[in-house]
Amino acid sequence: MQFQKKALSTFVTGIVVATMAATVASTASATTDGKVKIGVLADMGGTYADLCGPGCVTATRMAIEDFGGKALGKDIELISADSQLKPDIASSVARKWVENEGVDVIGGLVSSAVTGAVTQVTNSSKNITLITGSGSNAFTSSACSPYIAHWTYNVVALANGTVKPMVSEGKNKWFFITADYVFGHALEAASMKIIEANGGETVGTVRAPLGTTDFSSYVLQAQASGANVVALANAGNDTVNALSAAAEFGLTDYMDIAGLLVFTPNAQAMDPDTAQGMRLTTGFYWDMDEQTRAWSARFEALHGAIPSMSHAGAYSATMHYLKAVEAVGTDDSDAVMKQMKLTKPDDFFARNATLRADGRMEHDMLLVEIKKASERKSKNDIYNIVEVIPGNKAYNPMLPSCAF
Amino acid sequence: MATFLGINFFALFGQLLIGLINGSFYALLSLGLAIIFGLLRIINFAQGAMYMLGAFVALLGFKYMGMNYWVALLVVPIIVGLIGILIQRFLIRPIVNEDHLYSLLLTFGLALMIQGIFTHWFGSSGQSYPVPEALKGGMRLPFMYLPNYRAWIIVVSVLVCFSTWWMIEKTKLGVYLRAGTENPQLLQAFGINVPLIVTLTFGFGVGLAGFAGVMAAPVYSVSPDMGSNILIIVFAIVVIGGMGSIGGAILTGLGMGIVEGLTKYFYPEASATVIFLVMVIVLMIKPSGLFGKNA
Repeated sequence: MQFQKKALSTFVTGIVVATMAATVASTASATTDGKVKIGVLADMGGTYADLCGPGCVTATRMAIEDFGGKALGKDIELISADSQLKPDIASSVARKWVENEGVDVIGGLVSSAVTGAVTQVTNSSKNITLITGSGSNAFTSSACSPYIAHWTYNVVALANGTVKPMVSEGKNKWFFITADYVFGHALEAASMKIIEANGGETVGTVRAPLGTTDFSSYVLQAQASGANVVALANAGNDTVNALSAAAEFGLTDYMDIAGLLVFTPNAQAMDPDTAQGMRLTTGFYWDMDEQTRAWSARFEALHGAIPSMSHAGAYSATMHYLKAVEAVGTDDSDAVMKQMKLTKPDDFFARNATLRADGRMEHDMLLVEIKKASERKSKNDIYNIVEVIPGNKAYNPMLPSCAF
Repeated sequence: MATFLGINFFALFGQLLIGLINGSFYALLSLGLAIIFGLLRIINFAQGAMYMLGAFVALLGFKYMGMNYWVALLVVPIIVGLIGILIQRFLIRPIVNEDHLYSLLLTFGLALMIQGIFTHWFGSSGQSYPVPEALKGGMRLPFMYLPNYRAWIIVVSVLVCFSTWWMIEKTKLGVYLRAGTENPQLLQAFGINVPLIVTLTFGFGVGLAGFAGVMAAPVYSVSPDMGSNILIIVFAIVVIGGMGSIGGAILTGLGMGIVEGLTKYFYPEASATVIFLVMVIVLMIKPSGLFGKNA
């Protein structure tokens, strides 16, 4: 039939259209030396948009405003773009920013695949990246660089915080449902190492593509594995969907679920009856003390939702960067980074913190427990803080080869 | 874990059943698309957005008006169908005689806008919708635990798919419908209001997506990108099944659910790609699709 042929070719064109990347419009103006320009590259409308998207831009803007809006005598400029969670798009935006638009530093950065592509560009152009949304520990180990400052959290801290206490309590057989990309693999590897080191074993893993909607097949495999803990080495909606499938198929009745990376919006999206009592590690919780509540209230007024740890991290990283620029009186990356590492970050987010020579920002992490529905005073009241984990216990030790 | 030679048959049965459940869900979703695609020759890229809309209308109705699941199952498809009718009447009809690419781009743009608006309003993180009280719990089969709601999905999907197929293939209304797409002028000469039939059919197809959205809400996180995630897969199913074949879309939906389920068991990394692989193979061997009529 003529129509079918035609419709088919139209359909194929449609697929091309659908996958074609929209070009990113930029609001940049001409470059001036000695002018601080910050670019925030984040997921503006995709699955991680609530974790580090428009909120990371808002948090960065708050830091710039709190700093006074000026550095080196000139207005600080902020631009932002959507990475669309695609490494190729992100790296071409980053290249355009640093080569043609005078961007000094790139912040935001969610999804380790995106961040890996961007840091390749910025490392060779000697621009600083402030990683606030991604988790792979490669950025301060196998892919370390003098120009990276990795804020907020990483997979090792998550594994140390969540996995270690569970293994010590006798939960010794683990099954992993892992997001099939850099971040998931790194989180799985870091957790397995800790399980083994503490006398537990991994009885199975399954790699689910990012954006999987139906986890029932994986839940069934977990059920058959003989494990006593099912670890969700994924993030965002994947975690929420995996958890709800686990509850639906009765897994939660006799197995523990460990959500290895849960951001506040995801915890809010979970059914409280299923998620209650689940322990997880986070770099920040809005309701920790007066300082966090004060900043979070300001953020919420601007953004419309409570901050996730990436948002708070984006503020903290930007503030620390700007202070260093002002202290050394230049936007030269080497000088600024040296200064950033010399002074200790200290604000509502970074507690007992230090920026190590390898670029890892080591700070207190929180082990929290998801509250029961009956204990919650508001929709934002989701965690009980169980324990504060000191930074040096949470993060990976520094590699000598990365001590810049 | 079972290996290929030492297959644990209980585990395999479980996976097959899961595949069948997902397949019946795919069938339900592809049905609406197949009707619009096959009968009206409109490539509706907004079908995924309508599915998402269905889930959100159910969620918002529940949150703000206390509308329960059973009411939602009836009311939401009508609301979404009406939105579809408005889209067809005011946006698609003016360009219906142009190249198919126009309606494709129009609906694709609409889908992006609707998704963008919902992300702006509700965030990207998704929200949960409770499983209705009557369908909570599950039954323990010899090889797996089957949640009642999943069993309900199979029953409803098969029922809806079969009755739709029967209506289009076996009733007088269906004959009008098919005649209207083959030769609209002639049918109009018999005194039948063809544009009205087309609009209603579009509304029905879109309403089915809304219905699938309500069915999905209790099991998947309700989020603005839930539609775009599944749309391309559903399109592939319609292409594999053969354009214009309602029965083909249903059977292929079921079949692809099983294929995907088995892939998730044996090689999960490929589960997001396997359906497209099948599509490529089918197009190479039989370009009109498995159940499509040959030229």
